[in-house]
Amino acid sequence: MADKSLIGRQTTQGSVEVEKGKLRFFAKAIGETNPLYSDLAAAKDEGHPSLPIPPTFLMPLLSEMRGDIQGLMKVLEWDLGRILHAEQAFVYHQMVYAGDVLSAETHIVDVYEKKGGALQFVVQETKVTNQHGEHVADVRNSLVHRS
Amino acid sequence: MTVPNYNDISVGAQIPSLKLPAINRTTLALYAGASGDHNPIHIDIDFARKARQPDVFAHGMLSAAYLGRLLTNWVPQAQIRELSMRFTGITQLGHEPACSGIVTEKFEANGEKRVRLAIRCTNQYGEDKLVGEAVVALA
Repeated sequence: MADKSLIGRQTTQGSVEVEKGKLRFFAKAIGETNPLYSDLAAAKDEGHPSLPIPPTFLMPLLSEMRGDIQGLMKVLEWDLGRILHAEQAFVYHQMVYAGDVLSAETHIVDVYEKKGGALQFVVQETKVTNQHGEHVADVRNSLVHRS
Repeated sequence: MTVPNYNDISVGAQIPSLKLPAINRTTLALYAGASGDHNPIHIDIDFARKARQPDVFAHGMLSAAYLGRLLTNWVPQAQIRELSMRFTGITQLGHEPACSGIVTEKFEANGEKRVRLAIRCTNQYGEDKLVGEAVVALA
């Protein structure tokens, strides 16, 4: 049964500094060849204060804040080998750059099931702010566990 | 980059697509390291088999990052307002992701001109893997 009592529960709270080296590694991993995302001089030439984070890099930053996913698996009583990503959404308010320190809070906002309970879904939402207290993004994530 | 202009874009217009090389184990090892998503289902075949999968498979967020590249190849990133996707299929080893987008709506919000795009990532067989939407501000 989907445990509705989990709704409202805070699953992560923390902060993390955006590091240039991690952005370069991420750019390589996703095959990004635009020097804007790995070369500081190229970024500055285009008027950016430092390397920007690519649109989906918020997820790695949030994982870094969260730490090992096993903690979340324990809360949900889920098995890591049976989860899949169902949905992901980002709303962007401001650009984020290397050197920024982001803070985030993640809450479970929905828990439901499909196929008579064979599929369990957990939806989490995260508000992300930067070191100036500016709201930079909202992130919504839905995971599914297959029994 | 020639930045597209709101008045020159019509509903139904395709944005330049993005084709990726076939996913292999190195792609997944690199993405695991770079993203911090160390779920062994993507990198450890023994774990994958115990979880009754035929082999490791790609991180959904890897293809999501390709959709991000689709957009940032088209407009400066600061113009992206929203990016969302559903993961509708598993990207297996050997799949060649192909990302595309089509303008579905032109509208104004928060005092700026915006377009909504239907975006998707398929494999080389035309099977949808990610289906989503993006909102982009245009001058």
